[in-house]
Amino acid sequence: MANAILQGIFLGAFYAVLACGLSLMFGVMRIINLAHGDIAVLGAYIVLVIVQGTGMSPLVGFVVALPVMIALGYVLQLTVLERALKSGLLTPLLATFGLSIVIQNLLLLKFSPDVHSLGASAGALTTESWNVFGGVTIPALGLVVLAVAVVVYGALQLYLSRTRSGWRMRATAEDPDAAELAGIDSRHVYARATAIAVAIAALGGLFLALRSVFDPVSGPTQLIFAFEAVVIGGMGSLWGTLLGGLALGVAQTLGAQLNPEYAALSGHVLFLVVLVLRFGGIRYARGGARA
Amino acid sequence: MSLLQVEALDCRYGLLQAVRGVSFEVDEGETVALIGANGAGKTTLLRAIAGAHQPHAGRVTFAGADITRLPAHTRVRRGIALVPEGRRLFAGLTVEENLRVATSSRGGTRWSVQKVLDVFPFLKERLHMPAATLSGGEQQAVAIGRALMTSPRLLLLDEASLGLAPVAVDAVYRSLADVIREGTTVLLVEQDLTRALEVAGRVICMLEGRVVLEGDAGTLDRERIVSAYFGLRRAAAGGG
Repeated sequence: MANAILQGIFLGAFYAVLACGLSLMFGVMRIINLAHGDIAVLGAYIVLVIVQGTGMSPLVGFVVALPVMIALGYVLQLTVLERALKSGLLTPLLATFGLSIVIQNLLLLKFSPDVHSLGASAGALTTESWNVFGGVTIPALGLVVLAVAVVVYGALQLYLSRTRSGWRMRATAEDPDAAELAGIDSRHVYARATAIAVAIAALGGLFLALRSVFDPVSGPTQLIFAFEAVVIGGMGSLWGTLLGGLALGVAQTLGAQLNPEYAALSGHVLFLVVLVLRFGGIRYARGGARA
Repeated sequence: MSLLQVEALDCRYGLLQAVRGVSFEVDEGETVALIGANGAGKTTLLRAIAGAHQPHAGRVTFAGADITRLPAHTRVRRGIALVPEGRRLFAGLTVEENLRVATSSRGGTRWSVQKVLDVFPFLKERLHMPAATLSGGEQQAVAIGRALMTSPRLLLLDEASLGLAPVAVDAVYRSLADVIREGTTVLLVEQDLTRALEVAGRVICMLEGRVVLEGDAGTLDRERIVSAYFGLRRAAAGGG
């Protein structure tokens, strides 16, 4: 039981990393990026190409891939998403859905439907684990993912609360028109947010590739887990997403204790329960607005 | 040469035409009051000058350059700042963050948080509180402070006294006098005619999207302004 919870936290940290960019983009631009999972998988493929081409370790390969992902996020915002945002609430959803299909098919075209993993090329990182006491084990990769998750969320929080650039991002998220009138270039604030989101998604893709296998159509599954983490934690709240990811991970491993087939299911159940409770909350808020 | 030139400006919201062929100029260092009844097009005109509303036709020239197509944040860098109607503070940010997000115009560092606090001393103890927790008058001070932080050459004020207690209105106008003394050009929308005539050197009166009267605050006779304000025929014939 204790071990299941601990493993759930390690798994949840992975979901939290996956969900971070999704949460940021929703919080800043109110975009639900349906291509988020595919962008993570795209990141994994870029790291794969670098690792296969140079023989670097996947972690170093990721550092090399990072500028590519940041540039990709910037360009994605300034081209596709900016246009989509101007034409209503539904258009970004459709645009990112289309982007998801485009990424999947480009990956299929380039890499075939074969399954890949970076686990083997990462050496001891993916195989090492320590027995602490009783049945409790700490896998090296799980520990690294958890540490990275805490660092990513902490750094993002510091950026948003302590730097002028972060204040501008929060200001633009609250009221883009007023931000423009205060001299803030909202286009570039949005582009910066998307660049950060895409970079962290690629980090999620790296962890996916290290801990298991991926193929060109792995994205949507990852999107579902990331989306569940965001909703469980509360839409638009960054720390909430971290906690939501951890809760999702623990729910899955506890479900797997009962029956290995219940792993994903128990995560979905937690998601549904939160969604139902929240519906009550929305109704309450509407009543309050009327009063 | 005038600092701001507005030429034949037309602004529309769908089929509704809010501003119709408005032309006027503002010289550097002037304080001009834009008056008129609700729906006369004053707010739209200010927003078009600040870049928050894209005009349908016409031209806006600032410091000799055509800025009609520039986005709002670029105009801020050139020296135009709007204190928008309803203040539009960033509610989740603290007072200090609200002030410091505003970008300063190129080379212009005339204003700092300290200097804003000199003008609005009562903000000092509110500096680290979220803007949402402030009173209306304090929020208006932050909104003006945020605009000043961009070190504007032209300050546009939209209904700075709306919804404020008389004491707060006095504080706002006292600080405005400081700003004007600094040499900042001010174009303000004000419902309170007495206030407008006190602070402004020149008055522009709008009615149904048109300029119907324009003249020096000292020489215009009050009755004529009131007639123009409400669109009585006598003033419409005399104005322009």
